[in-house]
Amino acid sequence: MYYIQPHYHGISRTTDDYERMAQAGVVAVGEPSFWAGFDRHYPQTFLDYFRQISEFEPTRAAQYGIRHYCWIAVNPKESENLSISREVMAAMPDFLDKPTVLGIGEIGLNKNTRNELTIFREQMEMAIRRHELVLIHTPHLRDKLKGTMLTLDLLRELRADPARVWIDHVEEHTIKAVLDGGYWAGMTLYPQTKMSPRRAADMLEVYGVSRLLVNSSADWGPSSPFTLQECAMEYRRRGHTEQELIEIFHNNPARFLGQNPKFDICPIRIGYEAIAAS
Amino acid sequence: MINRNAVLEMEYLNCRCMLLELAAALDRYDRAPCSPGKETPADERLMLLRQVIRILAEPSDQPDRAKRMLQLMSDPVD
Repeated sequence: MYYIQPHYHGISRTTDDYERMAQAGVVAVGEPSFWAGFDRHYPQTFLDYFRQISEFEPTRAAQYGIRHYCWIAVNPKESENLSISREVMAAMPDFLDKPTVLGIGEIGLNKNTRNELTIFREQMEMAIRRHELVLIHTPHLRDKLKGTMLTLDLLRELRADPARVWIDHVEEHTIKAVLDGGYWAGMTLYPQTKMSPRRAADMLEVYGVSRLLVNSSADWGPSSPFTLQECAMEYRRRGHTEQELIEIFHNNPARFLGQNPKFDICPIRIGYEAIAAS
Repeated sequence: MINRNAVLEMEYLNCRCMLLELAAALDRYDRAPCSPGKETPADERLMLLRQVIRILAEPSDQPDRAKRMLQLMSDPVD
């Protein structure tokens, strides 16, 4: 079984993760830019962070045969600071041109504030202008429903191409609106407090596997990259085939991310061909 | 002993998560087809879960919900 882990914050993890992910069948990871647990005070700190995830992390992952890609953005939480956000955004094009950078993300909303919406809009405009893939974070907990609706309103207003937009952290009350809009929907699995592997398996059964991405985030908080494998096991346990699993955990990320030619891992089909025993 | 606000601080997200898991499991049950050749079952386990959920939901003077739930889910004692 091969996996592509589309949302993974390697910068917060030890190298053991890469070794164990490789042992568990992960062939590639995507690392979005995110809030690293505290608000940065200097735009330059963001730029070093972008260097780390676009230059250093690929070498760390490569030691275990894992391809590492990343996304560049001012994350929703820190976009509250307009002046730092705009200084960072001015430097983003240089990073977006790097060979492992797939697009702009995670952008979007955290607390649905006016400043967050302003920077979200400006980064979306940059993405549309540059024809970049987009990864959008939606708020957790009570802000999620409103934040998702505000996100969909903005995308419609800007006439973003839904096929190139991945809206992440959907749950039961937001997934339908995202899929109905033609966007890709991501389910982020956590070992506790948020989306579980079993609920993700439910949504795959209810909504079908098309345009759905399953990821495990794995950041500095309580999290695990192996919730992906837990979800695969749950889905298999419900009687789904290995090819269906491949469609969800390998081929869907390959299809979405592969819209950027830098991502050259193609969808695969499992062949069961009997071979001689000796 | 920690105060009530601290309990909520520590437990709110876990409780939220556990309730969502419970709701999702019941939704899963409702979506699932009946077992072949069987009528829609009035499964005792499901009825028991619904009784237990009522205990969970109702106000209580005594902090004994866990005990009452386990008693409800226990074999009768002579």
